[in-house]
Amino acid sequence: MSLTAATDGAMPQQNWLDKLGAAHILLAVALLLYPLVASDFFLTQIAGYSMIFGVLALSLMLLAGYGGMLSLAQITVAGIAAYAVAILGNNTSNVLGFGWPWWIVVPFAVAAAAVSSALIGWISVRTEGIYTLMITLAIATATFYFAQQNYAIFNGHSGYAGIHAPVFWGIDWRDPKPFYYLCLGLAALSYAAVLYGSRSTFGMTLQAIRDNPRRMRALGYHVTAHKVFAWFLAGILAGLAGVLLVWFNGRVSPGTIGVDVAIDVLVIAVIGGLRHPIGSFLGAIVVILMQTFAIDIVGAERFNTLIGLVFLVIVFVSPDGILGLWGRIKPHFAQESLRAGP
Amino acid sequence: MSILDQPSSSPLSGGGVTRRQAWALVGLLAAAIVAWLVFAVWPDWLNAILISKKAFVSAILNGLTLAGLYFLVASGFTLIFGLMRNINLAHGSLYLLGAYIGYEVTSRTGYWLLGVAAGFVAMAIVGVVMQVFVFRRLEGDDLRQTLVTIGISIVAADLMLAVWAGGTYQIATPEWLDGALTLPVITAVRSNGASVFLTYPLYRMVVLAAAIVIGVGLWLMLNKTRVGMMIRAGVDDRAMLSASGVNVHAVFAIVFAVGAGLAGFAGVVGGSALSVAPGEDVRYLLASLVVVIVGGMGSITGAAIGALLIGLAEQIGLVYFPTYGIVLTFVIMVVTLAVRPQGIMGKAR
Repeated sequence: MSLTAATDGAMPQQNWLDKLGAAHILLAVALLLYPLVASDFFLTQIAGYSMIFGVLALSLMLLAGYGGMLSLAQITVAGIAAYAVAILGNNTSNVLGFGWPWWIVVPFAVAAAAVSSALIGWISVRTEGIYTLMITLAIATATFYFAQQNYAIFNGHSGYAGIHAPVFWGIDWRDPKPFYYLCLGLAALSYAAVLYGSRSTFGMTLQAIRDNPRRMRALGYHVTAHKVFAWFLAGILAGLAGVLLVWFNGRVSPGTIGVDVAIDVLVIAVIGGLRHPIGSFLGAIVVILMQTFAIDIVGAERFNTLIGLVFLVIVFVSPDGILGLWGRIKPHFAQESLRAGP
Repeated sequence: MSILDQPSSSPLSGGGVTRRQAWALVGLLAAAIVAWLVFAVWPDWLNAILISKKAFVSAILNGLTLAGLYFLVASGFTLIFGLMRNINLAHGSLYLLGAYIGYEVTSRTGYWLLGVAAGFVAMAIVGVVMQVFVFRRLEGDDLRQTLVTIGISIVAADLMLAVWAGGTYQIATPEWLDGALTLPVITAVRSNGASVFLTYPLYRMVVLAAAIVIGVGLWLMLNKTRVGMMIRAGVDDRAMLSASGVNVHAVFAIVFAVGAGLAGFAGVVGGSALSVAPGEDVRYLLASLVVVIVGGMGSITGAAIGALLIGLAEQIGLVYFPTYGIVLTFVIMVVTLAVRPQGIMGKAR
């Protein structure tokens, strides 16, 4: 790892730009300039929200794409961070609320999420493939019901309300533009981290374990430890997304971590494609746009039918989601992106 | 007898008692304790610990009834899984749809039994349709099959919400199933010496009996009939069964019909005992998942054991530590996974 860092530093500017790729730079510029043209609604409700769910889906993509572990518990992990923010920070529900400053609350919340994610992983890596999906679904559902029934910690059905994003440097970070840049910053950071991590020694080992756990075990790798560590990393991403989610909504309740949301995250990741980290964000944008505007197309309450049908069609037509469709329609572009990709 | 037993007694056992005999002793002891708890008049200290005998025995009975319901739902789930390696995450939707159909038929015709039959038949047909149009197309790709069932459950939940709205329905049970049963269980002794017997709704007893009958029936079908033989062979080695000239697709369709039909049946029966409302699909999906994870995938006996454990844990948890009841279920699942990842009756993969 130190070796790659050293070569990175020594590289001339031209190469560094080259390495980043033209597509990434264009995308970054477009996203940075987006607030100039977009309304507040498109900044937070669409772009910000998409990026939060994109990061959540990214944490799933990290597990499923590189580790071969399909999880439905990512929203549960995010919810743990969200509840931690509500409990340790300030809320207006008159339950708990220790009033810690945000810069202590956030690391604690993310750490809690990462540790619980590692625990969930530790439970579920005892089984493989499709079984992981079952166990994480059971965990997600059980947590949802527990949060709904428990008043001492989770404040039951109503949850916590009145949670504010921090105000510092004279900026209220829940204002549309700052919040957009906050989400963009987190999304870009986690995207880069996952992309970098996938090429690191750990990432390579994880992918090798996904492809052939027996061989890796025979080679002397601790398979369980690697998988649990992947869960830990995914937990950090999901926890960060959870913190942003609770700042975005201003409240957290069992509905935030419901089974439907857990399935939404899976839908986003699968619709986007599990091959490349960008898929998670693509899927998030598509699903959030559909959720927002399907009301105009199919009436007030039937958007779940539309999303379900789109999901069905994509699973039927292309196992690799939008990324897979893209690859089919434009083989040339696909090859290009493969060269630039992992 | 003992001489004959000598060669077969396993080398694992020391001290002259085989492993099996030891388990039988433990089982007998447990049965004796339960029998004493149920039939004896409790001393005061026990009442003090366990609230009251009435609460305890009711919790046990409620747990057994719920276990019966869970078994009905989970047995279909585990059958489908065992044969097709497909986790049908739309199983909860089948339960709920069956319940709604049962409600409609019962309230229109007035015959409850007709509603039960309609729930079973309608879901069996839906199951076959799903098998033919979805699973046959994605054969061998269990991940995509699972994702497709998720998509189906999303659409189904939304469409059911559109048709039946968000209200709560109760399926009316016929008169001959109403009323209460007085059980030979003394809950307390009055000061004048008269015993107070426990009463329990007749209908719930019938649910329990139906679950037991169906469980035994399923076991007989699987172990004593030709179709059952094919199903068991398919669970063990699908390719070999197909190679020996059996129409595997027909077997799959039968299993899917029975499994989905049982979910619909359970929906009507459960909707009469409890209620029908949106969200029940997720609840029963969770129950099936946990029951099957605990009991072992693909095993009917495992589903029965898992359903008993989860049903009892849920109801006892509800009485003795209300807000943490779900945690008890969860602990059972985690402990099972830690000790036996394949489930209590599951085969090692």
